[in-house]
Amino acid sequence: MIELKNISKSFGTNQVLKGISAYFEKGKTNLIIGQSGSGKTVLLKSIIGLHDIDEGEIFYGDREFSKMPIKGKKEIRKELGMLFQGGALFDSSTVEENVRFPLDMFTDKTMEEKSDRVNYCLAKVNLVNANHLYPSEISGGMQKRVAIARAISLNPRYLFCDEPNSGLDPRTAIVIDQLIKELTVEFDMTTVINTHDMNSVIEIGDKIIYIYEGEKWWEGSKDEILKTDNKELNDFVFASDLMRKFRD
Amino acid sequence: MKLLYHIGHYFLLMKRVFSKPEKAGVFFRLFIREVEMLGINSLGIVIIISVFMGAVITLQTAYNIESPLIPDYLIGLTARDSMILEFSSTIVGLILAGKVGSNVASEIGTMRMSEQIDALEIMGVNSANHLILPKIAAAVFINPFLNIISIFVGLIGGYLAILLSGTISPEQYIFGLHFAFIPFYITYSLVKTVLFAFVITSVPAYHGYYASGGALEVGRSSTRAVVYSSILILLINVIVTQLMLA
Ligand SMILES: Nc1ncnc2c1ncn2[C@@H]1O[C@H](COP(=O)(O)OP(=O)(O)OP(=O)(O)O)[C@@H](O)[C@H]1O
Ligand SMILES: [Mg+2]
Repeated sequence: MIELKNISKSFGTNQVLKGISAYFEKGKTNLIIGQSGSGKTVLLKSIIGLHDIDEGEIFYGDREFSKMPIKGKKEIRKELGMLFQGGALFDSSTVEENVRFPLDMFTDKTMEEKSDRVNYCLAKVNLVNANHLYPSEISGGMQKRVAIARAISLNPRYLFCDEPNSGLDPRTAIVIDQLIKELTVEFDMTTVINTHDMNSVIEIGDKIIYIYEGEKWWEGSKDEILKTDNKELNDFVFASDLMRKFRD
Repeated sequence: MKLLYHIGHYFLLMKRVFSKPEKAGVFFRLFIREVEMLGINSLGIVIIISVFMGAVITLQTAYNIESPLIPDYLIGLTARDSMILEFSSTIVGLILAGKVGSNVASEIGTMRMSEQIDALEIMGVNSANHLILPKIAAAVFINPFLNIISIFVGLIGGYLAILLSGTISPEQYIFGLHFAFIPFYITYSLVKTVLFAFVITSVPAYHGYYASGGALEVGRSSTRAVVYSSILILLINVIVTQLMLA
């Protein structure tokens, strides 16, 4: 599990995160939702230490992360996988090399063991016969899957996904969402997902926190979110015609 | 002020670059790849410009000192020393600053934009070390060979020019190449080449690593990288010359 206590972060005079506290459970898909520019990416990057926070505490289990020396941070980072908004695959490496990279860097496995693990992870994301292609040679949805396979190759305890289904068609988006959900349950990971896609919220929102202008405005589950009377959240949830029809 | 900021950040980055690689095997693989990318792939351009410059230096010297008082073999000597002292180190360095420098800056800048550097950091990899050290090491290793090849090929260019134009006899040219040879000039040339190799990989790497914005910014940062590398090469050239030849 991950616990955030009172996290604040500014860029110059622009305060992006304003005292956010939250609790993300193990084996669950925890969603961070909010409008574009509300601070979701900054929050996610703060949790994993790509941004230094100004105030607050971040707990991985009982280990406080933000004030750790670099060595301790490195240890925790080996326990986490991250799926970036654009995939962030290494474009001079093949699919197989991308997934094998964390194994090359951090394990002493033999080539054969590594290949087995790579193929296992690629099978988990339903990607076969693509091992020797380069990221530029596969579709966006496939790139996302490779990125997921790479993120889980070291058996992470924590999985972070920044807009995992942005830029995908609705069907593929659901497939990716379900995949993340299944992996979360199967490997008992603490998964945190940024999204502004209401489909994902309804599909996989075990726990949801809503960020509004850098503040945590609301939290609850996918069942509660449809019944909320919070004005800003309502505006967000029922922004589309489809969702309004769904409610009425 | 801005300059001081960049110098400070450059050295901080270098401190992260020069640490022990996570895995020796991975480093070695990347090193070999960079030797090919930065070194072997530059061989063609180095050979072409060296042949022509060697030929031009020889012809210009020949046409400028058509005096009965100056022996013909001095043309060979001048071509040799020009190649060793200045051309094969500094001019080749400047040309590689354009080719290698823009390549390094745009590759690393693109990795920054597409969050590949963040991805490395998140895995717990020292991205500066992982991405930049193989490039610096490869250039420092392979560029001295390029330098020697450039000198050699340049002198062949001069020989061909002599043969085709018939200004002096080839024997005189060859004699000049051997005449009053100072081996220390080679050392001087190699020292400069190694320093330039460091500059043309580390400075563009710095610019790429801290690029921000979009694809346009990657282009701008690689242009800046080439300009700064070139200026630094010229500056180092003066300093090393004063230190080693004075
Ligand atoms: N590195 C940075 N430097 C300065 N300001 C930043 C930086 N990163 C983000 N911001 C600012 O923080 C605010 C929140 O940005 P963020 O990327 O977190 O939004 P988001 O909720 O992820 O939006 P989206 O859904 O579009 O991805 C924006 O106003 C942005 O300008
Ligand atoms: Mg975002």
